[in-house]
Amino acid sequence: MLLLWLVITVVFVLARSAPGDPVLMTVSPSASASEIAAARSRLGLDAPVAVQYARWTRDVLHGDLGTSIATGRPVRSLLADALPVSLFLGGVSLLLSFVIGIAIGAAQARRAGTRTDLAITMATTAVAAAPAFWLALGLIAVFTYGAARLGFPAALRLPAFGLHAPAGAPSGGAWFVDVFRHSILPIGVLAAIGAAGIARYARSALLDVVGLDAIRAARGRGLTGARLAVHVLRIALPGLMVLFALALPGTIAGSVFVESVFAWPGMGRAMTTAILARDLPVVLGATVLYAAAVIAANLTADLALPLADPRLRPDVA
Amino acid sequence: MAPHGVSAPDVHSSPMRRSTFVAIATIAVIALASAVAPALGARSPAAIGDVIGGRLLGPFTHDPSGTFHLLGTDRLGRDLFARTLLAGRISLAVGIAGALLAGALGVAVGALAGWRRGALDRLLMALTDALLAIPRLVLLLLCVALWEPSLRTVVIVLAATGWMGIARLTRAEVIAARGRPYVDAARALGAQSSRTLWRHVLPNALGPALVATAMGVGSAIMLEAGLSFLGLGVQPPAASWGNMIAAGRDVVVSAPWVSLVPGLAVVVVTMCATILGDAARDQIAGRRSLSA
Repeated sequence: MLLLWLVITVVFVLARSAPGDPVLMTVSPSASASEIAAARSRLGLDAPVAVQYARWTRDVLHGDLGTSIATGRPVRSLLADALPVSLFLGGVSLLLSFVIGIAIGAAQARRAGTRTDLAITMATTAVAAAPAFWLALGLIAVFTYGAARLGFPAALRLPAFGLHAPAGAPSGGAWFVDVFRHSILPIGVLAAIGAAGIARYARSALLDVVGLDAIRAARGRGLTGARLAVHVLRIALPGLMVLFALALPGTIAGSVFVESVFAWPGMGRAMTTAILARDLPVVLGATVLYAAAVIAANLTADLALPLADPRLRPDVA
Repeated sequence: MAPHGVSAPDVHSSPMRRSTFVAIATIAVIALASAVAPALGARSPAAIGDVIGGRLLGPFTHDPSGTFHLLGTDRLGRDLFARTLLAGRISLAVGIAGALLAGALGVAVGALAGWRRGALDRLLMALTDALLAIPRLVLLLLCVALWEPSLRTVVIVLAATGWMGIARLTRAEVIAARGRPYVDAARALGAQSSRTLWRHVLPNALGPALVATAMGVGSAIMLEAGLSFLGLGVQPPAASWGNMIAAGRDVVVSAPWVSLVPGLAVVVVTMCATILGDAARDQIAGRRSLSA
């Protein structure tokens, strides 16, 4: 909560210190001085800075993010429409990233030092280094435009734009299939990049654990296969949970680009279109909301960590 | 970790060293080619010639004037190979400058906070935590929304959004170093506080910050590409890898090479930066565990 207040303060300072007069964006270019003054007092920008700051903080903490200049809608309802789309995109991608990434990392850790291990490391390093928007363009070229020409079966001719078909939302199962097909490419891009990064981390984290005395002891007791893997994962789990919080900003960054390329009506797209439209209230609101999401995720990780790592439980210490 | 001289079964030492060498060589070749090649070409890679006859030619083709295009041309008939190298100047320079400035700022803030402690430390760390809570790309977008997008804005904004992690690292190192006997010795010899910090504490506290700064180059290049792709970074006609990818966006089917080539450049450079960062981190970790 304190952190959120700090974020709100920093955003306010940044917005106030920027050049340009926000009032001039809301009035017509031919407005007279008195019209500009009227707009200024309507926006509350004629008040002393301290008063503006107090109002801004109070409004944001009450969930009032102002009104969008470009659309005239309250920023809050605009972002409320966009948030579920981004949560869906980011949440599913993050989950897939972890499942696939840890599986790859574990497979590599088992054959550490072999050619396969090296080849996978090269591949994950390359995918992790690929810009999300560039991968997205490539997939669209292959699976959307190129699919028919390349002779892909109909199931692999994937739509690339929007969350569902433009003909309007059919209901029931058809709606689900439609959204699913529209989700494959965007989520695929984010999950691939995320999984590559997590595999790199998981490989070295698991190798560190395998070298520990506890695992040597478990081996000595004759544990092998799945039961040994449980021991290894149990020890590596807290580190992987910290990684979950660390992976969030990357997923958010990726989702901004993916939403932009695939025209998904999410937070990232709301923010980038608002920037191009010079719609400052939306930009500020989206920033605060993103920060709130990260703070919430970090808090959850902090609270969940003692569950995975008994050493962090207060009653043990 | 085993000390030197004892042969420990270290699975990734030898291929890693080779990959480090390859990464350094690759970055050096790309940087050198970017720096030198655009000046050598007969025709400026920014010049627009016969647009109708020369646009969107595939790789390994000749345009009507007989010029050979190794990687094809873009929609204005400009040679993609030459233009990718030209863009490399800007993308590499922006990435390196942004990361170095961020590193310098981070070290300054971290050293000040760790050395002075007290209220200043709390204030600086509160600012650091607040900025860290905003995802870096979102913070970047906020900044380019507030200031006019341009080359200079991108560099400044990369620095302004990249220093926080380095500040934390430096602060922790400075706090650890200030308790060491050599700091007491310097004080006892009458060295001024600023001199002690500058000559005795910082050199010993800089390692992790240097690694983090080097690793920051890759992400700075990636972020510049992203901003330019969205039209919020380096503005055409200046070429950067990001705005070149964006330029190929609507011909991605008919002329995929227009986006493919600059994208590959980003991937290769970022990959090399990652490999070098890993190598540097491993080395520091090794040295640490030896001295401990």
